[in-house]
Amino acid sequence: MSTATIQTRRPPNYRRRKIWVEVAALLLGVVIVIWTLAPIYNMVMVALESHNDVFSTNIFPADPSAYSFWIVFTEGYWYLEYFWHQYENSLYIGFWTVFLTLWVGSMVSYSIGRMRIRHGWLLTNAALLTYLVPAAFLAIPFYRMMQTYGLGNNVWSIIAVEVTFATPYAIFIFQQYGRSIPLELDEAARIDGASPVQVYFKIYLPLMAPALVAVGTYALLLAWNEYLYQFLLLSNKRSMTVPVALAQFLNSDESPWNYMMATAIVYAIPPVVIYYMFRGRMTAGLTMGGVKG
Amino acid sequence: MASASVIDVGRRLARPRSLFSRLRGGLQGTEYAWAIAFCIPYVGVFIAFVIFPVFYGLWLGHAPSLYIELFHDPIYQQTIVNTILYLAIGVNVKMFFALLLSGFFMRKGWWVKGLLMIYVLPWAVPALPTFISIHWMLNTQWGLVNNVLWDVFGMDGPGWLDTSRWLALGSVITTYIWKNMPFWTVILLAGRMAIPQELYEAAEVDGATGIRRFIHVSFPLLANLYLVCTLLSTIFTLGDFNTANFISGGGPALSTHVLATLGIRDAFEIARPQLGVAAVLSLLPLMIPLVVILMHKLRTSDVQL
Repeated sequence: MSTATIQTRRPPNYRRRKIWVEVAALLLGVVIVIWTLAPIYNMVMVALESHNDVFSTNIFPADPSAYSFWIVFTEGYWYLEYFWHQYENSLYIGFWTVFLTLWVGSMVSYSIGRMRIRHGWLLTNAALLTYLVPAAFLAIPFYRMMQTYGLGNNVWSIIAVEVTFATPYAIFIFQQYGRSIPLELDEAARIDGASPVQVYFKIYLPLMAPALVAVGTYALLLAWNEYLYQFLLLSNKRSMTVPVALAQFLNSDESPWNYMMATAIVYAIPPVVIYYMFRGRMTAGLTMGGVKG
Repeated sequence: MASASVIDVGRRLARPRSLFSRLRGGLQGTEYAWAIAFCIPYVGVFIAFVIFPVFYGLWLGHAPSLYIELFHDPIYQQTIVNTILYLAIGVNVKMFFALLLSGFFMRKGWWVKGLLMIYVLPWAVPALPTFISIHWMLNTQWGLVNNVLWDVFGMDGPGWLDTSRWLALGSVITTYIWKNMPFWTVILLAGRMAIPQELYEAAEVDGATGIRRFIHVSFPLLANLYLVCTLLSTIFTLGDFNTANFISGGGPALSTHVLATLGIRDAFEIARPQLGVAAVLSLLPLMIPLVVILMHKLRTSDVQL
C-alpha cells in the first residue's frame, strides 16, 4: 500500500522537476558566492589599486599592481613604521595564549575528569559561566584593574585576557574528549606505581593530542582576531598589535585605503591558512560528543 | 546529566570511608594534594580575571543615580531600541537562514562541498579587516556598492552610513549576518548529519517528502539545538563591539550605538567609567534569565559548542 502512495504522489514530470531543482540550487550557489566574496573581493581590489584609483567609480582595478604590499613589507609609510614589530607582538600574544590555555585547561580538566576531585563540578560551572559572559562586559573594570596593576601597554595584560576567555572552552572540550579515554589506563598506571604527575604527562597528554590541537587552534585564532581589549590596553606604537594599528589608520585624517587593505590582507592570511589546515579538527572539536539534542 | 554522571560514577566506585576522607573525595594524602595543585592555575585565573573584575564592575556601577541619568538620556533610549532590533532581527534572521542553508549544504555533489569551503570564509577571516573593507564598500562616493549601482543601473546609491539611522543600522545588521551566519550553519549542519538516515527513509515510505519531511522529521530533531544556538548567539551578540564600532561607528549623530559600544564610549571617550559600566549593567535583567536557561540546557543535554 505504501509504495502505491509514493507513486501517486510523484507527478509524471518528476524528472523534469528534478532538473529545475538542480538549476535552482546552482542559482542559489551563485548568490551565496557573490554574497560571501563581495567584501573580500573589495579588500583585494582596493589593495591592488593606486591611491588615485581608489577614489574612482571603478568596479575592477584599472591598473593592478602589488605596490601597496611592497609598501607594507618595507614599512614605507609613516603609519606602518612599526609594522613588523606589531606583527611580532601579535605572534607573541598568540603563542603564549595557546601555551597557557592548554596548560591551565588540561591541568584542571585532569583534576576534575581523571582524578575526580570532590566538588569538581563547581569548577566546571565556573567555566561555563565565564563562557557565557560577553567579553565586552568586563572591558571597563578590566582596563582600570590593569592600570592599577601597572600593566597598561603591556602585552601580558592581553595574554591574561585571552587565556581567561579561552580556558572555559578548553575545559569543555577536554572533559568531553577525556570521557572517550578509559579510566582503567590511569588506574593500571597507578598500580604500577606512577605518580599523578607521571600519569598526566605520560598518559593523559599524549592521548589528548587531538583535543589539544583543536583547542590550540581555537585559542590562537581567538588571540589573533581579538580587538577590543588590545585597543583599550595597548596605546603605545611599539606595544601595539596589528589590528589596533590598522584601526588607527581608519581614524586618521587621510586614510590611505590601498595600504590599509594590503595591511589587512597580510594580517588576515595566517589565521585563514591555519583555519583551513585544521578545519576538520576544529569542526570535530566544536561538535565533539555528538549533537544529540 | 553530563556533570552529574561524573559524580555518580565516583560514588559507585568509592569504598566505605570516614567523614574526613569523604571530604577529600576519596583521594589519599599526596594524591589529594596533587589534585588541588592541578586546579590552582585555573582557580587563580578565575579569581583574578573573572571574579575580581565582575565585582569591581558591580561596585563601579552601583549608584542608582547613574541609572536615572541613563534612562533620561535620549541617546541611551535610542541605543536600547537599536540593541533590541539588532538582537531581534540580526540573531533570528541569521539563525533562520543558517537553518535553511544547512539543509542546502546536505546536498550531494562536489560543487556543494567546494561551495561550503568558500562559504565559511567570512568566519575564517579575522573580523577587523573585513569590517574595514565593508565600511569602505558602503562609502557614499567611492564605495563598491554605490559604484555597482551607478555602473550597472545608472542610479545614485544612498549614503549608507552617514545620512539615515535606519540605513546605517541595517548595514550593521547585514554585516553581522554576513560575518556570523557561516559558523552557525556549520553547527546546524553537524546537527543534521547526526540525524540517522533511516528516519528519512521511514518518513519517505510514509509519504513525507520535501517541506513535510522538514516539518515532521528534521525540525523536531533540530529544535533543541536550534534553541540553544539562538540563546547562545543572543548572549554573544549582546557583547559584540566590533561590528557596530567599525561599520557605522555609532553614527550618524550617535544614533546607531548598541549597548556594548555605548558603554565603551561613555567610559573612554567622555571619561565616565561609572556611566559606561551602568550602561552595560542595565542589560543584566535580560542577561540573567538567558544565562540561567543556557546553563541548564548546556548541562542537561549533550549539545556542545
